[in-house]
Amino acid sequence: MTHGPSTEIKAVIRDLTMAFGSYVVMRDVHATIRKSEVFIIMGGSGCGKSTLLNHMIGLLRPAKGDILYEGKSIWGVDETERALMLRGFGVLFQGSALWSSMTLTENIALPLSEYTDLSPTEINGLARLKLAYVGLSGFEGYYPSEISGGMQKRAGLARALALDPDILFFDEPSSGLDPVSARNLDRLILELRDSLGTTLIVVSHDLESIFTIGDNSIFLDTQSKRMRAQGNPRELRDHSDDDAVRNFLTSGLA
Amino acid sequence: MTEPVQSEPFLADRVDDDLIITLQSDWLIGTGVPDTARIKRDLKDSSAPRRMVFKDALGKWDSSLLTFLMNCQDLAAEQGIEFEDANLPDGARRLLTLARTVPPNKDAGKTEGTSGWVTRIGESVLSGWSGTWRFVEFLGETVLSLGRLMRGRAQLQWSQVGLIIQQSGPSALGIVALINFLVGMILAFVGAVQLIQFGAGIFVADLVAIATVREMGAIMTAIIISGRTGAAFAAELGTMTVNQEVDALKTFGISSVDFLVLPRVLALILMMPLLTVFADVIAIGGGMMVSVLALGLNPTEYLQRSIDSISLNGFLLGVFKGGLFGALVGTAGCYYGIQSGRDASAVGQATTSAVVAGITSIIVADGLLAVLTNILGI
Repeated sequence: MTHGPSTEIKAVIRDLTMAFGSYVVMRDVHATIRKSEVFIIMGGSGCGKSTLLNHMIGLLRPAKGDILYEGKSIWGVDETERALMLRGFGVLFQGSALWSSMTLTENIALPLSEYTDLSPTEINGLARLKLAYVGLSGFEGYYPSEISGGMQKRAGLARALALDPDILFFDEPSSGLDPVSARNLDRLILELRDSLGTTLIVVSHDLESIFTIGDNSIFLDTQSKRMRAQGNPRELRDHSDDDAVRNFLTSGLA
Repeated sequence: MTEPVQSEPFLADRVDDDLIITLQSDWLIGTGVPDTARIKRDLKDSSAPRRMVFKDALGKWDSSLLTFLMNCQDLAAEQGIEFEDANLPDGARRLLTLARTVPPNKDAGKTEGTSGWVTRIGESVLSGWSGTWRFVEFLGETVLSLGRLMRGRAQLQWSQVGLIIQQSGPSALGIVALINFLVGMILAFVGAVQLIQFGAGIFVADLVAIATVREMGAIMTAIIISGRTGAAFAAELGTMTVNQEVDALKTFGISSVDFLVLPRVLALILMMPLLTVFADVIAIGGGMMVSVLALGLNPTEYLQRSIDSISLNGFLLGVFKGGLFGALVGTAGCYYGIQSGRDASAVGQATTSAVVAGITSIIVADGLLAVLTNILGI
């Protein structure tokens, strides 16, 4: 059972305008995300990448436009249904956002005990598996404050995987990781895509990672407050006719 | 070979030296993770198998399957038999490999030995002692920092002091007024019930004035400020510790006591006496309202008696207490904030400790002062 990007459409961003009050962050963002693809949101610092992610996971309401998952608008449904849709998402926040009063196992167990009928033994087994994926076997009983920043990041990913989500969101997954861990994370991302058919939406400006894992991407531009390109990042690097996009993807070397 | 029975997620068969585990139907977390106890029994058999082999008759699967496989792999390793993963679905095999890429960290296992009660008592005494020591050290640093301030060498920003004064003084006027007005009313009521019986209703004014100015004004205000401002100090400095802002100050060679603690303690030492005077006036007003409306006393007479009954020493004592309590509350808030651990729950603990220590020290200090003033005859 191997999944590559399929033709089935998983999510659509439709004419999205993001704003804080009267301050517009980004206008008319639109994109189509297919099932089991790695979709990258890229752009310079402060261009609204994380803001777009927060719109996609239902934390912020769009000023205009809509976001649809499998044809269903996340903002067009009532609170209960939105909560149900969000349950299919896993999110790795930029600062890992582990609950500091709980051990790593308890962090992963919380969503499992809330949303499944599994016994504590089964939940423990699942938590152990998720921690093993991210290379944290043996640290089950640790509190987030007792492990390093990079380990917290990986534990955050293990928690995002808790409910075997359909769609995984990553906010700058490789920031704060050493190069080896960052590449391992890329491998894990691809493995999840291939083995479980997970759709991945990744905010990143780590070029190596973008070219390794990206199937599709959008490029957000701070100056014009619009998206400037969409497509496979490798193709954009080689063939884009937009200087700003090529400049970004070649670290300004070309 | 047994025919697959759909109700069972897996079947275990012995064929020669192999234990063949047939995985069938759907494995989804919604339906639970099958138990490996049966496999464990089979492995512990007298004629234990040498190999664990799988047969794939799976429908849909997710982490439930992988959890089961990982448990099986652990069992196989425990019994020293071979774990043959060749027939597993590709994805599952790759994920299993991934889960095993980093070997479990053996040293990471936590040793939580249960210690006897003698050990526990000893440990708590030791930690109490080192806590006291740390507090004395902190107090010393604060006093040194005050000394630097006197000589104009403290690294503090006056704009910061102004801002903290604004937040801890004027912004607290509302709540200080409300509470002290009510306390004044309560004192008047309680006093009136007794004094009316002797036809001495007018002495309510003496009672309220003396109690407020000597004790209640300063104490009530200090308790409010401890819950309001002391807690805010602890939470703010605690969060700064979590965000490494305190570390950042240290690397620039800026004393965290000068820069963070001094302005806060100073602000409270300056503001608390003023708030106390304000509280005194409001509480006497509250007492007057009860006396005039409920007891029918003459307002002018009431005010006159109040003023007559307050001695200068009593008034100054109250104001001095205000300043002292301010120092105690500010020091407790800053101390627990700076000492805070580096996560959210530690900040919560720091705030709790700050308020508890603040209020306790207020009451203890007030008790000591009561004895002292009694001896000195103030």
